Amino acid sequence: MTKNIMIVGVGGQGTLLTSRIIGKVALDAGHDVKISEVHGMAQRGGSVVTFVRYGDKVCEPVVEEGQADVIIAFERLEAQRYAHFLKKDGALIVNDCRIDPMTVVIGAKEYPENIIENLKKNHKVYTIDGQKIAIELGNSKVLNSVVLGFAASSIGFSKEEWLKVVEATVPPKTIEINKKAFVCGFEAK
Amino acid sequence: MSKKTIMLGNEAIARGAYEAGVKLSSAYPGTPSTEISEYLAKYDEIYTEWAPNEKVAAEVAIGASISGVRSLACMKHVGLNVASDPLYTFSYIGVNGGSVFVVADDPGMASSQNEQDTRMIGRASHVPVLEPSDSQEAKDFMVYAYELSEKYDTPVILRTTTKLAHSQSAVELCERKEVSDKEYSRQVSKYVMMPASAIGRHLVVEQREKDMAKDAYNFPINKMEINDTKIGFITCGIAYQYVKEVCPNASVLKLGLVNPLSKELIESFINQVETVYVFEELEPVIEEQVRAWGFDVKGKELFTRQGEYSANLLRRVLFGKDEACFDKLDAPARPPILCPGCPHRSTFSVLNKLKIHASGDIGCYTLGAVAPLGVVDTTICMGASISALHGMEKARGKDYIKNWVAVIGDSTFLHTGINSLINMVYNKSTATVMILDNRTTGMTGHQEHAATGKTLKGEETYAIDLAELCRAIGVPSVITVNAFDVKELEKTIKESVASDTLTVIISKAPCVLIKGQKFPNYCKAEPEKCKKCGMCLRIGCPAITKNEDGTIKIDATMCNGCGLCRNYCKFNAIETVER
Repeated sequence: MTKNIMIVGVGGQGTLLTSRIIGKVALDAGHDVKISEVHGMAQRGGSVVTFVRYGDKVCEPVVEEGQADVIIAFERLEAQRYAHFLKKDGALIVNDCRIDPMTVVIGAKEYPENIIENLKKNHKVYTIDGQKIAIELGNSKVLNSVVLGFAASSIGFSKEEWLKVVEATVPPKTIEINKKAFVCGFEAK
Repeated sequence: MSKKTIMLGNEAIARGAYEAGVKLSSAYPGTPSTEISEYLAKYDEIYTEWAPNEKVAAEVAIGASISGVRSLACMKHVGLNVASDPLYTFSYIGVNGGSVFVVADDPGMASSQNEQDTRMIGRASHVPVLEPSDSQEAKDFMVYAYELSEKYDTPVILRTTTKLAHSQSAVELCERKEVSDKEYSRQVSKYVMMPASAIGRHLVVEQREKDMAKDAYNFPINKMEINDTKIGFITCGIAYQYVKEVCPNASVLKLGLVNPLSKELIESFINQVETVYVFEELEPVIEEQVRAWGFDVKGKELFTRQGEYSANLLRRVLFGKDEACFDKLDAPARPPILCPGCPHRSTFSVLNKLKIHASGDIGCYTLGAVAPLGVVDTTICMGASISALHGMEKARGKDYIKNWVAVIGDSTFLHTGINSLINMVYNKSTATVMILDNRTTGMTGHQEHAATGKTLKGEETYAIDLAELCRAIGVPSVITVNAFDVKELEKTIKESVASDTLTVIISKAPCVLIKGQKFPNYCKAEPEKCKKCGMCLRIGCPAITKNEDGTIKIDATMCNGCGLCRNYCKFNAIETVER
């Protein structure tokens, strides 16, 4: 059975690194893995989505509508944009933050109210304030590790399997704080 | 001994070139092909460079091939348009050392200005085209492409698409096969394409294509899987994966060689299967040939010519529904935008204030077309900003362009903008051309170019001085301004568009995403001084948003402290502070 993970967010939030870590964990556990990434123009502050699929044999590299087991959303509006990709019982992990798109900043569109409450009507939604935890840890840049840790328990694999890959992936100087951030997220759920 | 690892499609292509014994690669960056060269640069055995444009890159690869080594040129689909002049004749010349052009198409246009299908150019130039469907094949097909190239005396195109280039999957690695350099011998009838030689070579090309089409029946890169014979697919590239996802039991003819096609193979498949669909992204390249041979297949009447395909698209056509179980929710669009601290924003804010139209070009600054800056009026192709503005002036007279400038990036200027500027000098233009010099090739992910002083391999080299280059070709007025000095920019632009002198304004400041820069300051809003006038919001910086009471706030983590917003605040409600 193939497991389908989506990572959605705003260009620059580090969705690419997150998907690579998930892919590596699945690969190390012996799965066939495909990861689909976004490069180029779309990365510049736009809505970005990356995909990780793993299982015995994976064909297509993307996750489509109705197939996501887990969506990790780094921002509320992006959670709303991609929620329809979830399976019936899929999990929606949301980093509870708001980044206004330019259409909202200039007043052309409204940022939707009560996103989390509305998403909860149809989906299993788990929220975390990753930014707050990262700042408490002393480095706002470890937000990704907090959110990944929080999502990890919905995806599977052991804490040790995750930490091994986090250690091998993040910049050497930031290994300790990223591992700490991951554990904080992991234990928050 | 082999080793399995997970690789990006583009990394696998580089690995394939390495294993095939390639010794030289030349390229110009272009999404989704850029990373191939960046991965190639890591191999000491391969000379790898950034060329100023794809035509140059292609010719460098051709020269290397003639001299007897295996060579490579990489580009995106629109880059092949620039390189198509050498390609068409390279097809006649053939190779000495094997030679491959990797060309990356972008169905869905994630980062492109059009959606063209490189297989069509393969057909038109009589160059064989190979198309892999995952990273493993990307690597293996590269090695095979060099074998075909030398066996059939032809350049070969390896075509990829965005989904292949930018997805990762498992790859089994092999050792590099060192290939000895071929002897060069002078052969005017092969290497000098004047009419007398070309007439002879055209016959060779035609025969070569026929031979290859015949032999392709046995090529291992074409794969026939006969399963359920009620339904079958002829497919190629990433589309194959969608077929396998939706119809794992269907019969499939997966073509690794998409030009020329093996009629014998296709006929054999069609004869064994009841209903045959041709499932190919973009143009009906396979379908039209199959139909021309008189076979009855289903294709583009069911499947669009536009965008990327998907498994759900195939499900909708075959079964009338896909796998979605929830409706799509409405969400305000979040298009890409210029980064906080981007020097282009500063330049565009001045053009916006002066109500000047910009003849635009290809790069991040294309984003100057959208609200709230909205200054870029046209985007066509690399270098066209300058030539199109010249066309306007010559068509409508010099007064017509008094509220126009051309805007072009430093890398794009060196790509093909320089030719257009030479035309302006030669044909007595009075226009204003702005080179938005951010010291890098920004959009594609920060590659070096001929004016940065560094090569692709990271070595120091001569950095072309853009101002001196413009002066040397005869531009009478060349002015360099700090992109963040909005007062000076405003004055310079006003004077320049009003004058009848051809002027190049180099608006200069480094891209904020170039590695190694420090941003010690950030801008802080003081809500008590804010009069809610909205002037700072008109520069479209994503770090600036509104508080609930309508005053502004600036996200300190996003802000790079460029201070542009402070320049536009009349009430001193924004200050620059140290982190």
